[in-house]
Formats: sequence, structure tokens, C-alpha cells
Amino acid sequence: MWVAAAISGTIGGVLIGAAAVLLMLTLGRIAGVCGILANVLTLKLDRNWSWSAFFLLGLAGGALLVGAVGLKDWSAFVYPAGVVGTAFAGLLVGVGVTFGSGCTSGHGVCGLSRVSARSLVATLTFMASAAMTIFILRHVF
Amino acid sequence: MIELAALLIGALFGMGLAISDMVNPERIIGFFDLAGSWDPTLAFVMGGALTTTFFGYRYVLKRSAPLLDGQFHLPTRHDIDGRLMGGAALFGIGWGIGGICPGPGIASLVSLRIEPLVFVAAMVAGTLLAKFWIARRS
Repeated sequence: MWVAAAISGTIGGVLIGAAAVLLMLTLGRIAGVCGILANVLTLKLDRNWSWSAFFLLGLAGGALLVGAVGLKDWSAFVYPAGVVGTAFAGLLVGVGVTFGSGCTSGHGVCGLSRVSARSLVATLTFMASAAMTIFILRHVF
Repeated sequence: MIELAALLIGALFGMGLAISDMVNPERIIGFFDLAGSWDPTLAFVMGGALTTTFFGYRYVLKRSAPLLDGQFHLPTRHDIDGRLMGGAALFGIGWGIGGICPGPGIASLVSLRIEPLVFVAAMVAGTLLAKFWIARRS
């Protein structure tokens, strides 16, 4: 179990990293999902909107493909916060990544790889606040 | 051409998120729940992604320009302010509550489960709200 997760985690991580490198090589862009989503939300139908929309389409398509070949059982997932809690979480994530200029992919993968001080501070901050939140939800209440 | 590149690269990213099981909120909760039964998967994912990107970027950013664009579009800010840290802290709280961050949230839409759908809708609302607030302040 531990070893299997280590292998699939490393393979998945390398694929994510390869995608980040290829996006920089081809379009010269940071593979930060929330930034790419923000590009799509501008609804300015320019070049920037276009590649961003296709990237997100691909993101969902890639996940669909893994499910289609039988490697992902979506029905087994347990969402710990329920529907209402997940909505609240989504709102916090949307506000937070917009003010914080990035999420796990933009700051955590791309920013740290560029040795950006802003990304290091942001990554340490959101990891610490996630850990504290989970500790409080699981062990205090 | 840029659309095809973005589609294929997005698909690679989505496959990575699904194969590493980062689309499973229990993996996120399990990693951060140090006081519970610890799940190290996220560390392996970050390790694989960071190693690949760190060395890949070194090679790519030596070029004068990317293949399909006239220039690299890199962040230019270097200041560490309250907005960066406050935003990151809020994001972490939301990530901890739901066990979902933006990439896995969007990738999980294909599951047709209600939670990812609600998550992404609320994340879009939060993004627009924050953008509106920032635009009014400046």
C-alpha cells in the first residue's frame, strides 16, 4: 500500500512536472491552474483565453482517460466536508488563490522550481494553514 | 497550434493528478493529518513534480524564447506582502476543509460527482469576488 502509493505518486508527480516544463517550452507560461482558470474567467476571447480554455479541457480529459482505462474509481472517494462544507471550501480557495496569486501548482510546483521567494513563502503558508485546519477539524472538534 | 499544445499538456497534467491520486481528498487530509495515520503520497508527488520541473526549467529557460510564443511570460513581482500571505493562508484553510485544490477540483469534474462540481462553482465565485474587490481597491 505504502510502496504502491509511493510509485504511483512519483509517476504522477513526474507527469505533472513534465506538463509544467512543456507548457514553459511551448507557450512560455507558468502551469498554475488557478491562474489559468482566471484567464478563462476574463471571457476576453483572445489568444490567452484560448490556450487557457484548452488547457483546462485537457486537464479534465486527462483525468477522464485515466478513469476510462480503469485506473480510477471515482465513486470510492469520500469528500470529508460534505456538499455544504465543500462549497465553503471552494469559496475560500477561490478568494485565497486570487489574493495569494497562486495555488499548489503555480506556487508549489512552478514557483519553487524557479526558486521564487514569493512562492516559497506562499507554499509554506498554505501548507501550514492546511495542516492546522485539518488538525483542528480532526482532533479538536 | 497553441490550442493543441495546451490541450495535450493539460491532459498530461490531468493524467498526473489522477495517477498520483491527488484527486482523492483523503490523500490530502492524510498527508497533513500528522496526528492521524500519515499518508506520504503528496510528498512523493511534490518530489517527482519538483525534480522534473526544476531541471526542466533550467534547460527551457536557457532559450531566448518558447517554441510557440515570442517571449516567456514569467511573474515579475518579488515583494512579500500581507495579501500574498493572507491569500495563501485562506487557500490553505479551504484546502484543509475540502481536501481539494484547484487542479484536482477541475480534473474531478469528470467524475460527475456533486462535490467537485460544487467546489469548482464556489471557487469560480470566490475568484470573481476577489477580482472584483481588487479592481475596486485599485
